[in-house]
Amino acid sequence: MSLVLDLCLALAVIGVAVWTLAVRGNFPAVIGFVAYGLLLALVWVRLGAVDVALTEAALGAGATGVILLFAVVRLRGGKAEIDAATPSGPQRIAAGLLCAVVGIGLAAAVVTLPEPAPSLAAEAARHLPALGVANPITGVLMAYRGLDTLLEAVVLVFAVLAIWTMAPDRRWGGVPGPVFPVQSSGPLSLLARVLPPIGIVVGIYVAWVGADAPGGKFQGGTILAAMGILAWVAGLWRLPPTSARGLRWAVVAGPLAFIGVGLLGFVIADGFLAYPPSLAKPLILLIEGAMTLSVAAALILMVAGPPEGGGRRAP
Amino acid sequence: MIFGLTGSALVALGLYGLVTQPALLRKILAFNLLGGGVFLLFGVMARRGAVVDPVPQALVITGLVVAFAATALALVLVLRLFQITGAATIAEDEAPP
Repeated sequence: MSLVLDLCLALAVIGVAVWTLAVRGNFPAVIGFVAYGLLLALVWVRLGAVDVALTEAALGAGATGVILLFAVVRLRGGKAEIDAATPSGPQRIAAGLLCAVVGIGLAAAVVTLPEPAPSLAAEAARHLPALGVANPITGVLMAYRGLDTLLEAVVLVFAVLAIWTMAPDRRWGGVPGPVFPVQSSGPLSLLARVLPPIGIVVGIYVAWVGADAPGGKFQGGTILAAMGILAWVAGLWRLPPTSARGLRWAVVAGPLAFIGVGLLGFVIADGFLAYPPSLAKPLILLIEGAMTLSVAAALILMVAGPPEGGGRRAP
Repeated sequence: MIFGLTGSALVALGLYGLVTQPALLRKILAFNLLGGGVFLLFGVMARRGAVVDPVPQALVITGLVVAFAATALALVLVLRLFQITGAATIAEDEAPP
């Protein structure tokens, strides 16, 4: 039974992927991509990776879908140009053959993987009690591979900065993204009024529960960001200008806390990002809390895009 | 096993789209399809042992967040290119604006 389910799911994922590539319009392609992300999240559940499924559904399908839709609405025309640049039949057949070789090579590698599989699961589980977290994935993210997670946190800050620099000079420091009119009635207005109080509680809960169950700062931060975006799109919440000090602190709070705790490791433990066993849990909580805030702020700013209104006066 | 083959197929499909689609927006979509396939392959590796290995899963979560940041930046670059030049592709034989 589960084999049939897996097979149907696999075929659906591949079918949606083909459709996303083949369909002519940009809009249906993006919708196809969102469906692809949600189906992929189901695949992750089938693989027993609920943490990854949450992240995939929230970020891969949800947040990516939103920024893609924003882009589709603004990219108009260009059909003749695109037709002129479309590769000819023989070129496409050649590309298809080469890509098929890559795919078959990967499939062959998957089929002939060595048995037994190497695994770090036992290793990862052994030291969890010392960290005070029960979710092995949070343990890996925060302790064993803490440096990767720190670098990723910094990537988010740099991504926000890079997006801001795409604004014209006169808009620097202005309000990010378009300003939406206030929706006083309709489904969007209702959702934006009813959902955020619930969503904010759920987001904080998901971030908090990440220590012991599937969840964590990225999943929780994404839910918080979604609530902010909902209120923003409905016109109920004005984004602060990018020159606002509080906004900038919110973006860097997580990485700063992470680096601060990392440096503290030199003093109270035996190196960068090392936690003393007695303080591991409170330090991890401090980082996770600050990171949840920063992830939410960075995601909202990435969805909003470069500053489009206000900004400094022309020189 | 099924999902391993699915991941391989997604990588091939995404790569094909990345190479043959001329519009930049569609290239970004194809690149994300490819990324989904790579992550899936990684997840299948994590599933093979007796117990699920948390290390690849944690790295996939990191990867998803970075992929989103990269996609957001890529889309802003495409939009800016479109605003400045009106171009939706990076075809070489295009007349300079």
